[in-house]
Amino acid sequence: MSDLTALTIAEARAKLAGKEISATELTEAYLTAIDAANPQINAYVKVTPDKARSMAKASDERIAKGDAGSLEGIPLGIKDLFATEGVHTQAASHILDGFEPRYESTVTANLFADGAVMLGKLNMDEFAMGSSNETSYYGPVKNPWRKRGSNMDLVPGGSSGGSAASVAAQLCAGATATDTGGSIRQPAALTGTVGIKPTYGRCSRWGIVAFASSLDQAGPIARDVRDAAILLKSMASVDPKDTTSVDREVPDYEAAIGRSVKGLKIGVPKEYRRDDMPGEIETLWQKGIAWLKEAGAEIVDVSLPHTKYALPAYYIVAPAEASSNLARYDGVRYGLRVPGKDIADMYEKTRAAGFGREVKRRIMIGTYVLSAGYYDAYYLQAQKVRTLIKRDFETVYADGIDALLTPATPSAAFGIGDQDMASDPVKMYLNDIFTVTVNMAGLPGIAVPAGLDAGGLPLGLQLIGRPFDEETLFSLGSVIEKAAGRFSPEKWW
Amino acid sequence: MSVDSATVRRVAKLARIAVSDEDVTAMEGELNAILGFVEQLSEVDVSGVEPMTSVIPMAMKKRQDSVTDGEKADDVVANAPASEDHFFMVPKVVE
Repeated sequence: MSDLTALTIAEARAKLAGKEISATELTEAYLTAIDAANPQINAYVKVTPDKARSMAKASDERIAKGDAGSLEGIPLGIKDLFATEGVHTQAASHILDGFEPRYESTVTANLFADGAVMLGKLNMDEFAMGSSNETSYYGPVKNPWRKRGSNMDLVPGGSSGGSAASVAAQLCAGATATDTGGSIRQPAALTGTVGIKPTYGRCSRWGIVAFASSLDQAGPIARDVRDAAILLKSMASVDPKDTTSVDREVPDYEAAIGRSVKGLKIGVPKEYRRDDMPGEIETLWQKGIAWLKEAGAEIVDVSLPHTKYALPAYYIVAPAEASSNLARYDGVRYGLRVPGKDIADMYEKTRAAGFGREVKRRIMIGTYVLSAGYYDAYYLQAQKVRTLIKRDFETVYADGIDALLTPATPSAAFGIGDQDMASDPVKMYLNDIFTVTVNMAGLPGIAVPAGLDAGGLPLGLQLIGRPFDEETLFSLGSVIEKAAGRFSPEKWW
Repeated sequence: MSVDSATVRRVAKLARIAVSDEDVTAMEGELNAILGFVEQLSEVDVSGVEPMTSVIPMAMKKRQDSVTDGEKADDVVANAPASEDHFFMVPKVVE
């Protein structure tokens, strides 16, 4: 059955349409693979076999009747951040213990309306706060990739670590993910998968557990660029239930794959070249430049002068919004409650027991920077810097640049329990140095695997687009994919 | 700017998170590391710059001022740790 899980979404779609395979067979193959692998990879926090089987059966009936949707019978993994009706939705946190929403998020509702099958809920950093999937209440996810000749466990990146690992290990055909500072693109880069964060406002945030509302966006993680385009087409929509959802028709992203990139102007921002960056990342970047040049694109050196301030500004804006969003977890309406001598004591004990260390740290930072006397110095200053970061991008786009090419991450996957990162939260935050600018400016960004490092671990390149020009990213991403090839881990689980 | 243990306790109180003495010591170091990192923002010249208030320039959508949903009291309290007759139950607030 393992050959069925090796199919991309596009391949499975063709076989399902041609009645060579059934949705039930495909779903069973994935459920078998999950049973065997999940005890080691820990990508799923909840597998939903009964729901998957009944959805697959319904898909088979629709296919038989000739009214199949665009994702009919395709088995997907859903990040635990998305509300799924009657199913475990805990943002991988203890504080949402037992929470099963009575409603469905818009993104998952869109996917299921198109015929997708849900295999289960995927592990992640608690409340999407982390870059290694180690802050999850359910324990870390293991990266399906290992260094050549080593059996050391590596992180899959985060926060969408379960999404990236399950796609790389073929435990789902594709996965939903979310990205607040790099949480789709960084894990995609660390697992050799493709991840796209669309423009802010492209996917509805309704029914997605909120972390930092002005930065959060949903997007897919997939095996290849085409699959990412297929998934995004279904996930994106105009939603009256999200006031920041933008009124724009969703284009046919798949049609952009294979489109010529001749004459496109690609900016290479000099501020993304860091002294502490491994030489391999620089080499990979140069390769990417060469591939796009060969395809007829014009490479232009550009400057985004406020780049270095994006991460510090993010670590004011994101915790500030988080401290406000997470105020709702008080032991009253849902989730965990720890009894106290009075209501304030109950709140404090519940939140102390329910939130993990990283989440507490960010709530504390957010509370501090919003508190009386500090608001102007921190929060207002950060929001002004954010305007400048956005302006940097607007200036290069106004000069005729179509997209930007940068590395996706400053390094390949690192070890679980890395002492350096554990002892200094800022070291962990630096993982998002190349991705966080994109969230601050609300732009679309895609991470595409571009090669392996000396140890045999995947590395990715990032393309940043104009607002709502995801199509150009798919065109350029497929050029890189064609030149670099696709990468799969050697199975050890 | 840096925080001392009294500030950590005050912020924890504002955030409604119970902290032990050990927590306070650990958090003091971590928060100061993060605040030290964000300190560099003060060197940016922001004179005449408006703070960002909207990621994508658009007018805020307003829904029709009418009842479009409701009658879901069972659903609303379904996940509550304690509820009675569609009320959320909490420890006594007023003596």
